[in-house]
Amino acid sequence: MIDSITWGLNEVAKYIIPLLLIGIPLYAMSIKRVKVYETFVVGAKDGFTIAIRIIPYLVAILVAVGMFRASGALDLLLQALAPVLTFVGFPPENLPLALMRPLSGSGSLGLLTDLVNEHGADSMYAKIGATMFGSSETTFYVIAVYFGSVGVMRSRHAIPAGLFADFVGAISAVFFCKLLLG
Amino acid sequence: MMNYIWFGMMVIGVVVGVFTGNIEAVTQAAIDMAKVSVEIAIGLIGIMALWLGIMKIAEESGLISLIARGLRPIMIRLFPDVPADHPAMGSIVLNMSANMLGLGNAATPLGLKAMEELQELNPEKGTATNAMVMFLAINTSSVQFILPATVVALMGGVSSQIFIPTILATTCSTIAAIAAVKFLEKRKRFALPEADPANAEASTDGEGGND
Repeated sequence: MIDSITWGLNEVAKYIIPLLLIGIPLYAMSIKRVKVYETFVVGAKDGFTIAIRIIPYLVAILVAVGMFRASGALDLLLQALAPVLTFVGFPPENLPLALMRPLSGSGSLGLLTDLVNEHGADSMYAKIGATMFGSSETTFYVIAVYFGSVGVMRSRHAIPAGLFADFVGAISAVFFCKLLLG
Repeated sequence: MMNYIWFGMMVIGVVVGVFTGNIEAVTQAAIDMAKVSVEIAIGLIGIMALWLGIMKIAEESGLISLIARGLRPIMIRLFPDVPADHPAMGSIVLNMSANMLGLGNAATPLGLKAMEELQELNPEKGTATNAMVMFLAINTSSVQFILPATVVALMGGVSSQIFIPTILATTCSTIAAIAAVKFLEKRKRFALPEADPANAEASTDGEGGND
């Protein structure tokens, strides 16, 4: 039952983008008589300026994250936290991913790949990892890019709120995987 | 906040790198990531142009305000500072939908458009508004109905098992995000500058004055 829902949804997902690409112009052209080609070009022009505008913010955040990752600081933190985590029922194997997720998309995907290769896709570690991966975002990247694109420097409570949500997402991923798949 | 985190990550990187003997890797990472950042941004240009173009058509045809109107009851509660029929509401709704459907490529351009429209309403251009922070928090914790393609590729047939846990976990994280934003936005530490002029001298943390 769930199998077919998931399959169905991911099957539908393949058609969403093509459908939007023709559906929106079709609606605009037939119902509202919008000049779709001219309108598209006007909108598309902004793509360049926005992408260029975020470069300094991207460089700042990705360089800092990269230095942090390459130093091995995450492994040290992991060693310190492992006993506590085992005690509360959080699998230490999944901690690197939970810590990496807000920092780096490619880094956390690499860690998920490791989990799958090492323990198998069918293992609880991989299932929890995949759920974690799907449950949170690269918070720092998103905050840097989104605020950067409009030149907002003072992010106020965006980082604490985003990290709290990531934390709850990681805990929930462990909880629901153990509850439903354990 | 960003100042401390940014500087902190680099300091920890260098200090730990010296002790673990990874200092060369740290240096290399800094140089590589600077390059990668530009590649990411350049790669975004085409996708941004495509979706912003399609968005413009959706906007002109009135499609966006139509969708936004349908979700108005929820939106005005989440974003009380944004006028109900402001274009930002439409962009936010579209970004949220794209995130729920796992359309990361479409979500970013729509989200950046939403930020631009929220910025129009911002009296203090360098400082985030309550609506912006709420939008980002919902964005990064988004409920996920369709698993990311990368996860499906990695997990194969097991993907279907994590479908329900992912929906539940993302629902929890979205609720946590909304609650955290609502709670924190009232704290003095994070208050908008003009919201409490009386406390101006009390907030001496180095957040301001960096631009």
